[in-house]
Amino acid sequence: MPLQAIAFYLMAFTTLAAGLLVVSAKNPVHSVLFLITAFFSAAGLFVLLGAEFLAMLLIVVYVGAVAVLFLFVVMMLDIDFEALRDGFAQYLPIGGLVAGVLTLEMIFVAATVATNGAAGKNASPMASPEGISNTEAIGRVLYTDYIFFFQLAGLVLLVAMIGAIVLTLRHKPGVKRQDISRQVARSPKTGMELVQIKPGEGISE
Amino acid sequence: MSEFFSNPAVTWTLLTTGGILLVVIWVLLSLAFLLLADRKIWAGVQMRKGPNVVGPFGLLQSFADFFKFVLKEIIIPSGADKVVFILAPLLSLILAFVGWAAVPFAPGWVVSNINVGILYLLAMSSLGVYGIIMGGWASNSKYPFLGALRSAAQMVSYEVSIGLIIITVILLAGSMNLSTIVEQQSGWIWNWNVFGGGLKNLILLPVMVVAMGMFYISALAETNRPPFDLPEAESELVAGYQVEYSSTPYLLFMVAEYSNIVLMCAMMSVLFFGGWNPGFPTDFMASWPVFWANLLLSIVFFAKICFWFFMIAMAKAIVPRYRYDQLMRLGWKVFLPTSLVLVVLVAAWRVFGPGA
Repeated sequence: MPLQAIAFYLMAFTTLAAGLLVVSAKNPVHSVLFLITAFFSAAGLFVLLGAEFLAMLLIVVYVGAVAVLFLFVVMMLDIDFEALRDGFAQYLPIGGLVAGVLTLEMIFVAATVATNGAAGKNASPMASPEGISNTEAIGRVLYTDYIFFFQLAGLVLLVAMIGAIVLTLRHKPGVKRQDISRQVARSPKTGMELVQIKPGEGISE
Repeated sequence: MSEFFSNPAVTWTLLTTGGILLVVIWVLLSLAFLLLADRKIWAGVQMRKGPNVVGPFGLLQSFADFFKFVLKEIIIPSGADKVVFILAPLLSLILAFVGWAAVPFAPGWVVSNINVGILYLLAMSSLGVYGIIMGGWASNSKYPFLGALRSAAQMVSYEVSIGLIIITVILLAGSMNLSTIVEQQSGWIWNWNVFGGGLKNLILLPVMVVAMGMFYISALAETNRPPFDLPEAESELVAGYQVEYSSTPYLLFMVAEYSNIVLMCAMMSVLFFGGWNPGFPTDFMASWPVFWANLLLSIVFFAKICFWFFMIAMAKAIVPRYRYDQLMRLGWKVFLPTSLVLVVLVAAWRVFGPGA
């Protein structure tokens, strides 16, 4: 148990500290790097809960793919770091409002946990109830009870993907494109022309 | 004192730390010689002799290079982001080594026998891109930045097809635990996943051979090896993300790259070629002491890793570099649809075939 407790406090602290640094770091690239740290330690917390499948998916999907693209975009931004802080006073009221609502919610959650105990009344909502791995457990729930929602989520993603393609795909007329099959099908006969040149004359077009 | 050592948490910590040290030392030592082998193979294809001065047959060349790297001065460009600049090679190296935690070397010889080992390997290899991106960005220079952007796009693209090919193996094995996947391929050679995993699945042979070939090519792209070494293409980008790196940080990048390559070779062996299984039943070993039997099996595993490393070294020597748009076309327009079809075929066989 002490090892798990040490690991939990280490990763919980890292998550919180990294989350704080995401919003307080001046350089946006550093912010993204701290965001990645936060994702990564959150995955560690999942492992401690026994949800290793979710943890690995969190790393593969969010850290390995989504955050890479985040970093990709943020790195290419041309940012004036001084100009970023100009609107601070202007955005203060609305930012304060959001922060106030979030704080209130956190207080409600904390109060509920304090009176009812963590994770509610369910004694053991954790993985591997009858010796099945939690990958199997998720699969059983996902493909039976929630199959329609699962398929619906897939459809939403498909629509989003097609939308992205439609928005960005433009066929400009004058652009030369490579057609691999045509290139491969080229033979000496179609690809070149042998010309006999008489001395002193050259080639006329 | 004895009370301290009989505490299960302490024993576990000590044993795991010992296992980690053993694996890291093994990987580092074999890297030293595999790096030399890479250069020797490359030289052999070009009819040169390769490094042959330091030690017999040049065997100690990697160690001489190591001392040369370490004893040089570390140069940090004045415009660089110092923390990220130093962090990038460290991160590369750490991520290249943590993947080995889930690789089973012999029955029971694995640092962490986790249930989602295969996903863990995929996750760690997908994180490797961060070292390159961070290094390229922190250098604050054009060529490294271009190299970093190229590698980000390249590695994300090929991860997708690697993930789908891994799904075919998961479907075939019905487990994500690497030790279980290897154990299922025990016995005769046709039980290996590349042959479909057992005689009753032999019809899957063409599917799995295609999957294996695509995994090999994607592994080349994922580890930035020629013919897909566009992030460090010296003809266009000088050396890509590594331009500003010198001495030890450069060494860390290089060791990380080679460790990733060897890890990919190990993944090939585990997923498709039976891991530690020699290709015939090992029942006669049952009466042997466990340690010696396991040692022999791990040598079999190591031989498979060396074979795949040889194949990757040969690819470097004989294949010309791809152009960037061709690389992207291959990844998204050829590998992604093909691997999707493979997943569908294997899944259909698992549901409707005789093994269902």
